[in-house]
Amino acid sequence: MDEGKLVVEAKNLTKEYKGFKAVDNLTLEIKEGEIFGFLGPNGAGKTTTILMFLGLTEPTSGTVRICGFDPVKEPLDVKKIVGYLPENVGFYDDMNAAQNLRYVARLNGIPDEISEKRIEELLLEVGLAGDKNKKVGTFSKGMRQRLGIAETLIKEPKVVFLDEPTIGLDPEGTNQMLDMIKSLSTKKGIAVFLTSHLLDQVQRICDRVGIMYNGNLIGVGTIDELAKEKLGLGAEKFTLEEIYMKFFKQGE
Amino acid sequence: MRGILTIFRKEMEDHFSSTRFLIISAVIVMVGVIVTSMVGMAIQEELKGMVKPTLIFLLLFTSTGKLFSFVQFIGFFGPLIGIILGFDAINRERISRTLSKLVSQPIYRDSIINAKFLTGVTITAIILVAIILLISGLGIKLIGVVPGAEEVGRLLIYLIVTLLYISFWLGISILFSVIFKSTATSALASLAVWIFFSFFVGLGAGFVSDAIAPVNQTSAGVDAESIMRNVKVQRIISLFSPMTLYGDATGMILDPMRKTTSALVLMGPLERLSISRFQNPLPLVESLYITLPHIVSLAAITILCFGICYLVFMKQEVRAV
Repeated sequence: MDEGKLVVEAKNLTKEYKGFKAVDNLTLEIKEGEIFGFLGPNGAGKTTTILMFLGLTEPTSGTVRICGFDPVKEPLDVKKIVGYLPENVGFYDDMNAAQNLRYVARLNGIPDEISEKRIEELLLEVGLAGDKNKKVGTFSKGMRQRLGIAETLIKEPKVVFLDEPTIGLDPEGTNQMLDMIKSLSTKKGIAVFLTSHLLDQVQRICDRVGIMYNGNLIGVGTIDELAKEKLGLGAEKFTLEEIYMKFFKQGE
Repeated sequence: MRGILTIFRKEMEDHFSSTRFLIISAVIVMVGVIVTSMVGMAIQEELKGMVKPTLIFLLLFTSTGKLFSFVQFIGFFGPLIGIILGFDAINRERISRTLSKLVSQPIYRDSIINAKFLTGVTITAIILVAIILLISGLGIKLIGVVPGAEEVGRLLIYLIVTLLYISFWLGISILFSVIFKSTATSALASLAVWIFFSFFVGLGAGFVSDAIAPVNQTSAGVDAESIMRNVKVQRIISLFSPMTLYGDATGMILDPMRKTTSALVLMGPLERLSISRFQNPLPLVESLYITLPHIVSLAAITILCFGICYLVFMKQEVRAV
């Protein structure tokens, strides 16, 4: 990965919930335009980390900078440049796809003249151009997820946080989703931070990965680096899954 | 500000296209028209061949006719409007998982709750203005009297007080929609509070005042001072009910002949004579003066309720559960 500007800079980030450490001393950097895969089993602290990046949860200690902004003190500046797709994203089911997008655009202060064009383009990009005027309540899981991607992009973010973007999708939907995520980085230069516990997918599209376990970041780097560091071998012989399992054995 | 306006606009659209709004409006219009027709015709009957008494127009709103007066109906049904408009304000967004999306947009978090409250108040205001105009129009046709400036003024104050009263209940129901995750629970909780404060406080006031300040029965009859004490205690307790506050305030505002909000007035024979000789309406300013404490109290509990709601919402974790 080339030396680029940092879009996410987290230092010693810790979040405690009543004595339980959801995220413990996390230090992480994400460069402009890279795809970062955040791996870990359920409850490892992946979503909590995203919420802290967005300023939706205050860290117990440590600092975060998103393109130089502090999410705790300047949440609006952060939210202007960050797209967030929550796990199982929700929509206003009785509004159609375009209305849902327009609402988010308005909340971002984008005038209707501009957003109208952007909505057309984005719906075309995510393959929902024909469903523009259909109520979201009738959408399938895959369509909702793609609409969610369009929604995070409407503000033209510098970085997007995708929480389990492929969960619950069928193989074809998963492929479409992964291609779309890949093109965010290659075509638009948007940094992507995605969480997942599906290793093969992460391996396919991510430039670098981080592995979370019980609130600790126990490994970070390219898949090659991780393989070398933990197994002393090149990546070509190992799948991410093997590296991952190896890490967990150490974590325990 | 942009956030509030955008959410406000969307919420207004939602309300106007909702069946809920349609049903509330239909119920109010139905009751308004029926009550006004009955009252109007009764007044018409009574007034035949009489000189027009002062401020007759307000009787359209206050006289009970065969059923109940419009003002009584709003005192009873108004809280339900507030509750219906607010009980799922926040938890509906939580259930549809749109709340986490809203808070991740570049808007202040309080604009969500402010906009929801503002929408409820605006919708209520629209319903109230519409129905008061409807009743006035119907009334003018039925009794043939056009309201004067003072009557219009009194109606305006009535409108504001009613808006405060309904906003209080809106605040309560939005508070429950913040606290409870399920819309059914928040609706039931609001109803429980409504039943308690509107009915049981009034009922309980009698029991409590009898216990604290019993009426002394002496051989010479009842002791006047102990009656006063008893009534006083009962009044203080019943004022904890927003319904009583509202009833007293609007009663005074719409009935210029009433000189006090007190239920029991001890008078000597001369005072009684002077009152019956000089039955003049109280000027608007005087009526307002007497009810000001009630209006201020209503405003205070409304603001307090919204304040609590605001605090609870701002402190809540928006965890996408």
